[in-house]
Amino acid sequence: MIETPLAVPAGAAKVSLFRRLLTHPTGVVSMVLLVLVALASVLAPLLATHDPNTASVQQVLAKAGSGHILGADSAGRDVLSRLLFAGQFSLAGALLALAVALVLGVTAGLAAGYYGGWFDSASSWLTGLMMALPGMVVLLAARAVVGPSMWLSMMIFGVLLSPAFFRLVYASVTAVRNELYVDAARVSGLSDVRIIGRHILTVVRAPAIIQSAMVLGIAIAIQAGLEFLGLGDRNIPTWGSMLNDGFINIFKSPTLVLWPALVIGLVCIALTLLANAMRDELERSRGPVKKSRKAAAAEAAADAEGAADKRGAAAVVHADEPSEDDGEILLEVTDLGVAYDQPDGSTTHVVNHVNLTVRRGEVHGLVGESGSGKSQTAFSILRLLPQGGRITGGSIFFEGKDLAQLSEKEMTQVRGKRIAYIPQEPMSNLDSAFTVGSQLMEPMRVCLGISKAQARKRALALLARVGIPNPERTFDAYPHQISGGMAQRVLIAGAVSCEPDLLIADEPTTALDVTVQAEVLNLLRELQDELNMGVILVTHNFGVVADLCDRVTVMQTGRVVETGPVRSIFNHAQHPYTRQLLGAILEDTAPRGQYTLKELKGVTS
Amino acid sequence: MTDALLDIKDVVVEYPSKGFRKKPFKALKGVSLDIRQGETVGLVGESGSGKTTLGRAVLGLAPVTGGSIKYRGQEISKATRAERRVLSHEIQVVFQDPFTSLNPSMTIEQILTEPLTVRKVGRQAANERVAELLDQVRLPAGAAHRLPREFSGGQRQRVAIARALALDPKLIVCDEPVSALDLSTQARVMELFIEIQERTGVAYLFVSHDLAVVRHLSHRVAVMYHGEIVEWGDGEQVTGAPEHPYTQRLFMAAPIPDPDRQAQHRADRLRLLEQQREQDVQAGVA
Repeated sequence: MIETPLAVPAGAAKVSLFRRLLTHPTGVVSMVLLVLVALASVLAPLLATHDPNTASVQQVLAKAGSGHILGADSAGRDVLSRLLFAGQFSLAGALLALAVALVLGVTAGLAAGYYGGWFDSASSWLTGLMMALPGMVVLLAARAVVGPSMWLSMMIFGVLLSPAFFRLVYASVTAVRNELYVDAARVSGLSDVRIIGRHILTVVRAPAIIQSAMVLGIAIAIQAGLEFLGLGDRNIPTWGSMLNDGFINIFKSPTLVLWPALVIGLVCIALTLLANAMRDELERSRGPVKKSRKAAAAEAAADAEGAADKRGAAAVVHADEPSEDDGEILLEVTDLGVAYDQPDGSTTHVVNHVNLTVRRGEVHGLVGESGSGKSQTAFSILRLLPQGGRITGGSIFFEGKDLAQLSEKEMTQVRGKRIAYIPQEPMSNLDSAFTVGSQLMEPMRVCLGISKAQARKRALALLARVGIPNPERTFDAYPHQISGGMAQRVLIAGAVSCEPDLLIADEPTTALDVTVQAEVLNLLRELQDELNMGVILVTHNFGVVADLCDRVTVMQTGRVVETGPVRSIFNHAQHPYTRQLLGAILEDTAPRGQYTLKELKGVTS
Repeated sequence: MTDALLDIKDVVVEYPSKGFRKKPFKALKGVSLDIRQGETVGLVGESGSGKTTLGRAVLGLAPVTGGSIKYRGQEISKATRAERRVLSHEIQVVFQDPFTSLNPSMTIEQILTEPLTVRKVGRQAANERVAELLDQVRLPAGAAHRLPREFSGGQRQRVAIARALALDPKLIVCDEPVSALDLSTQARVMELFIEIQERTGVAYLFVSHDLAVVRHLSHRVAVMYHGEIVEWGDGEQVTGAPEHPYTQRLFMAAPIPDPDRQAQHRADRLRLLEQQREQDVQAGVA
């Protein structure tokens, strides 16, 4: 009975962020620059030609060249050597600030997000307070208290930066805390530390790395700013203090200010660009690649060829029952094809050569499993295919017009007025910012051109018609105040408000409880009778099909495999796929039966 | 009952309501149920009936504020984390949504070895166990090094089942495990559930809103409504000849996949509703 699902798709290799950055131009350039600066700072003792702190009266403001490659500063110290050694202190200071911010922000964010409770409230309040404090002022005040220590001021700055990490981590953690896989790990008996390490840190890692690059840039800039103001430690060389020296002597030796400014600028730019590159790589969602016209034409030809191959076996068509009274043909879909453009420039065909005829007063069931193309067919009739999807061929004739060829403006005239739609998820299809009543009236006033008072009267009548017990109250309610079943009734009321000829219902009862489903099906049957509409009912539930449909079309992997009157399909299915679907129905299977210990053969407790 | 694996008595679960001094929300109002070894107990109900909450209470994921849940005579409703860790060898879970119950950034192998790390199983033994588990749920051995997103819904649910089986539990709480699957996939996964039960003697608490699924799998069935069990007994009895008015309404509401029988069924349902309404009116008058 159990078939082995062998078709495991080919593996998509995990590519590390570092590897991917190497293919990103700005990423590579900024990484190379940062590595060079870091190396130069680390190897300063080897590279420097002079001691950075040895002053020399003879060499004050010496020009570049004479023993000093970049000249000497106001105390006669070698600029290049100072630049190299200053890198050590500047970078270390910034890294210290980053480390403090990371440790504080990430741990507090994890704890607050995962455990919630009082720690959550307290730390959120505290971060709010810290973000409201002006950083520079705090640092100036701190210097007055603790003295001119670069390390201490960078640690304080790290504390001030920690909210950036706290908020980021907190948001990520609260998003995954209630995921089922975290519950599953808890049931597995894993400790909290392990769950956080395994499941939650992985989510936080990527955004934290991006944020780190940004924060590092900020720390370097702020530190340089403090030193430039002369508030730093005079005993150690930093880029900021060199900037200060250069600025004081800008008229005597204009190049002095250039070198530290250049280094600070380049490092900060490189860090920001690196952060951007990482974000590009981690959160990449490329749109379809734009094609040249020539390539598009060539592809169209290939499409036609490919589509011809995909025609496959013809669908099984059951003859109509002779007694059936043929209504006028409302919708005729011929040879419909739908395809999606893929990011790599190829196209995926999801619907191929679909034929579908819907008569007035007929409920036509469109049945199939996920991926069969049933919803895609329905959406293409409405011309509401999601981003990237397009109709590649065939025609959709409705009231003498080919919907596949209409302009968007002409299509707007058809949608809502002549063809209406009922979605699967009632709640997500009502705008939570407006009352039910206003959402019902708006389309009526546009489609029917009636006054507000008339629309209100009609909306209330419709709400009563779809079986809402207190129409006035529902009319004034917001979507979150009504139940899912009520919301679906509201959407049905909206769909029939302009008395359409064709109603497309996409799994209208799938999200509803079974008792509510029975009532909604009843309502749909009555309305269809009353308004003599054609209905396309997209569903995977054969019970719903049996309850409502006159004709059924069975789809599999984008093709129609069988079509005919509902009784022929249920009683004389011919296509193997239809038979397989019908065979999977559980309604008629025997119950499991009595529990017996016999079933425990070979099991010892 | 002495041979009960799990014995649930008058369990109450209350969630604190938002807002000052508001009454907490009672998700379960005194529910009693027992599961024997190797047995499937089906739990049916509509959304908000508390069926999922009962499953979570057994797993220690819902706040039990009253009553008792006994596993082999041992009270587990107030178990600490350490006690839970021991229980994890006995009670496991398969969730509804195969798309969110597997961590998207972990490979199948990592997912399956995770519960084993609690037991401190060695690397070699863990790898062997993973191969064995994949074989049990009929997934090819090559699946171990892939990520969840590369699998279909049915295949992911098989991975989730394999994870539940990793520690050889005696009871698996199945929370709507086939609801998100296509019809034919659903049938195959259900066969897998039965096959595993017959081989290993594991018991299931099977939560579902789908009456046909519960009927097919369960030895005994409990029907939940507004946080209470309204009908509880032999599966054939409850699904074949329900006695409680709500159960009757519930079973009449499910459409039958046959046009002619459904037409009859529909008429029967309307008659039943009419009848129950009259009874209610009479009860109101009396």
